[in-house]
Amino acid sequence: MSRQNWEVVIGLEIHAQLNTASKIFSGASTAFGAEANAQASAVDIALPGVLPVLNRGAVERAIRFGLAIDAEIAPKSVFARKNYFYPDLPKGYQISQFELPVVVGGEVTVRVGEGEAAYDKTIHLTRAHLEEDAGKSLHEDFHGMSGIDLNRAGTPLLEIVSEPDMRSAAEAVAYARALHTLVRWIDICDGNMQEGSFRCDANVSVRRPGEPLGTRREIKNLNSFRFLQQAIDYEIQWQIDTIEDGGKIQQATVLFDPDTGETRMMRSKEDAHDYRYFPDPDLLPLMIGEDWIARTRAAMPELPGAMRARFEADWGLSAYDTVTLTVSRDTAAYFEAAVAAAGDAQAKPCANWIMGELAARLNKAERDIADSPVSPAQLAALVGRIADGTISNNAGKKVFDALWNGAGSEVDAIIAAEGLKQMSDTGELERIVDEVLAANPKSVEEFRAGKEKALNALVGQVMKASRGKANPAQVNTVLRAKLGA
Amino acid sequence: MIEASLKDLAAALRAGTLSSVELTTLFLDRIDALNPSLNAFITVDRDGALAAARAADARIAAGTAGALTGIPLAHKDVFCTEGLRTTCASKMLADFVSPYDAHVVSQLKAAGAVMLGKTNMDEYAMGSSNENSHFGPAKNPWDATRVPGGSSGGSAVAVAARLVPMATGTDTGGSVRQPAALTGVTGIKPTYGVVSRYGMIAYASSLDQGGAFGRSAEDCALLLSAMAGFDPRDSTSVEREAEDYSRALGQPLAGLRIGLPKEFFAEGMDDDVRAAIDAALEQYRQLGATTVEVSLPNAKLAIPAYYVIAPAEASSNLSRFDGVRYGHRAAEYGDLADMYGKSRAQGFGAEVKRRILVGTYVLSHGYYDAYYLQAQKLRRLIAEDFAAAFTQCDVIAGPTSPTVAWPIGEKSDDPVQMYLQDIYTIAVNLAGLPGLSLPCGTGAGDLPVGLQLIGNYFDEARLLNVAHGFQQATDWHRRTPALG
Amino acid sequence: MSLSIDEVRHIARLARIELGEGEAQDTLDKLNNIFGLIEQMQAVDTSQVEPMSHPQDVAQRLRDDIVTESDRRDAYQRVAPQVEAGLYLVPKVIE
Repeated sequence: MSRQNWEVVIGLEIHAQLNTASKIFSGASTAFGAEANAQASAVDIALPGVLPVLNRGAVERAIRFGLAIDAEIAPKSVFARKNYFYPDLPKGYQISQFELPVVVGGEVTVRVGEGEAAYDKTIHLTRAHLEEDAGKSLHEDFHGMSGIDLNRAGTPLLEIVSEPDMRSAAEAVAYARALHTLVRWIDICDGNMQEGSFRCDANVSVRRPGEPLGTRREIKNLNSFRFLQQAIDYEIQWQIDTIEDGGKIQQATVLFDPDTGETRMMRSKEDAHDYRYFPDPDLLPLMIGEDWIARTRAAMPELPGAMRARFEADWGLSAYDTVTLTVSRDTAAYFEAAVAAAGDAQAKPCANWIMGELAARLNKAERDIADSPVSPAQLAALVGRIADGTISNNAGKKVFDALWNGAGSEVDAIIAAEGLKQMSDTGELERIVDEVLAANPKSVEEFRAGKEKALNALVGQVMKASRGKANPAQVNTVLRAKLGA
Repeated sequence: MIEASLKDLAAALRAGTLSSVELTTLFLDRIDALNPSLNAFITVDRDGALAAARAADARIAAGTAGALTGIPLAHKDVFCTEGLRTTCASKMLADFVSPYDAHVVSQLKAAGAVMLGKTNMDEYAMGSSNENSHFGPAKNPWDATRVPGGSSGGSAVAVAARLVPMATGTDTGGSVRQPAALTGVTGIKPTYGVVSRYGMIAYASSLDQGGAFGRSAEDCALLLSAMAGFDPRDSTSVEREAEDYSRALGQPLAGLRIGLPKEFFAEGMDDDVRAAIDAALEQYRQLGATTVEVSLPNAKLAIPAYYVIAPAEASSNLSRFDGVRYGHRAAEYGDLADMYGKSRAQGFGAEVKRRILVGTYVLSHGYYDAYYLQAQKLRRLIAEDFAAAFTQCDVIAGPTSPTVAWPIGEKSDDPVQMYLQDIYTIAVNLAGLPGLSLPCGTGAGDLPVGLQLIGNYFDEARLLNVAHGFQQATDWHRRTPALG
Repeated sequence: MSLSIDEVRHIARLARIELGEGEAQDTLDKLNNIFGLIEQMQAVDTSQVEPMSHPQDVAQRLRDDIVTESDRRDAYQRVAPQVEAGLYLVPKVIE
């Protein structure tokens, strides 16, 4: 149970379904949710005599990914056959890449944890390769048999393999989240985890510090970050307990059961596997020229890492803020549009509104920021009116509410209609201050005697008398002036 | 009529002295009469053929006919034909009706050729005698107790016995050239990538290549021109302009340099075969060609390399036959593994299973480098041998087969003896070069002997002309077996 | 080299080909003959040779990412041994 005495070693293999229109080796649609086998073409069901032809779109996406993680794009990569029998694998082999993958190396820096304890960690990637997805076995009962749907067979996958660089479930989740952000950012994968577009396998082992790597067990098909966290945590504890109880870890492939929170051996993998990889003779080497890479690079969007650095440098935002604002390209675009309209000085208030009120509302309404009812320009106008003292922060929430609900679309009009404007007429304010000073001689006396707190009571009285429209900062200034402080 | 060339048939059809329906009926009737003893066809499609013939006649009448419109044709049963069963001569696919046409099949349909049926073969194109057929062996029309060669035995027999004027085949290690030699017809396997493999049920993908059988090089040129051409559905199909393979026919052979690999002539060839080959070479010299000795030092390694690469690819290619989506499924089984094991054990014949096992072994963990990788390296050495030889000559010549046709059953229980029959043809597939076999004489028992011509990459037109030149000067290709 | 009967059974299992009791020995003998032939390869030093997996030294051609296939399920499943509700049926799959 002494987890401190153990070092955890985790590597992830992530399968990202590439968001091409057609499959990797056939012209069948990849759209999700079609009737069973309606999108399984002759090539996908492996009719005798059919042949694969590689989809340029899939390769293009692999290049984008490689560029995004600063990896080498292999000038020559080779498709190989991974041979095994399974009913959802129609050819009896999966076309994948083995010895020569399309993307080699690369790294991703992720922010782990929150608050004071948060830290940056760089995870290195081994490789990323193109391959085809398998179909699905449906386990509901057909007279004691299973049903096979091959619609998913042939959907392009990018298998992204990390080095065993992660030392905790938190690091693994941070890395998986960062990749999840990245693949959507560069528009190569829709990231829909419920539909299986982004699936994680975790290789987990434990060792005493300084010892060689322990035997690993692979947890397959984790399709949520919560399950990833739970499965790894369970697996770490199980391995430690097993070793501390005098047992040995056997290399195995396991599945995580979300209902029990435990991992269990996969029966289908009990057979010692021998995939008999060899270069697929139906496909030729994939050659990617410098010109293709250059064209792709030119069309790449600014990446989240670069954007984070820029936000920090230009606007002094914290690491936490920059990570949150770059959680998706839409969020970052929203933020940048708002700052562009509000001015650089308002970057932090814009960030606060986006991460606070807007995020909470979107979350509650289950809406994407891209179709937020409040536009970046509206938010910028709102932030501007708070900054110039027209309205208070509290009044700002009322304006936001009106924008969100569609009660109004123009910030100034809402302020006027709802009477939210702060008192900016100095003459009027001075008149109220004079009245309040006259009515509260005791407080005045106390303040003059050195009791700072007494000022707060006076400010409160002025705010009350102004029915909340006075600007507290201005009230403060006027009060101090009148009291000769 | 059954002896007429494709060119003459086309002329007669266009002149209206003959209709495609008449011609088709003539050959269908011959098939009805002779196929029971020759077993050249697995499936005959009389109704489909006659319908195609009527359509061809209409097209001829409309003046839109091409060179092959209305002329009967047979496809090796390895090519998928929509609506007509495609068996690969296997129990596995005995009832398989393809939902689509192979590229070669649709090309020839578009050309207006009339398909009479599907021809017998060694199961999954694995064999050199046509004895490995679920539907029984095809018989050599020169002596029905002998094999016709394989794997495209049925197509060779059909053309040799004049059951059809032209037929398609496939050649992975000699499967067009060797049966052509043993039955006395002309057969060409083009450069790898010239004929699309789409819809051609794969045996060994990096070696398989569609080819043509005819009674002459001239006929083969016409058929190949219609079969060949770029197909975007086959990644290994070569992107080249469509070719007229007849274009070089008739060019004189004077000055032609024929390379004779000394390894082919050293030993292993039967004396009767050697005599016929020598005579054929003498004929070429008389036509103005010169012969030069060349060397293919690694050619002897072609058989072992082939019997690693081909089974390795086959073991993977044939994994799709698992009884799930099509093909034979065992009547009784327990769990999933049992269903696979029984369906495949029952569906595949002995030689197919052997090659799957050999391939599985050589690819398996720990053996890959020693076998598969080593074979791929030898393959390069063999290809480099040919490249060196072609710096000294225009074409290479030698025997197609070391023997004439042998009695059915003689080698069928000894795989290695059977494999050695392809000693002269296999290296060509490993290198991916074009090869052709033409009848050049007779050996013991008056059985045909084939001369093999090997060309450089994409040199099919020259190869066909070299064969044509010989056939203009000799009559070997006109010999017809005496049949009931 | 020669294979053992256990190796033959192992590769038969990998290849999903049931091997009857009587067949194993005959299969072993024939495979050993074939491997006798194949072993000739080992005599050649190929350490400096690049493997050739393909006759032509050309690059993979790429297909544009467009959907070209329509639903032909009924035609494809006409040849299937057992289907129901558009699914291919197989003995229970265990993960």
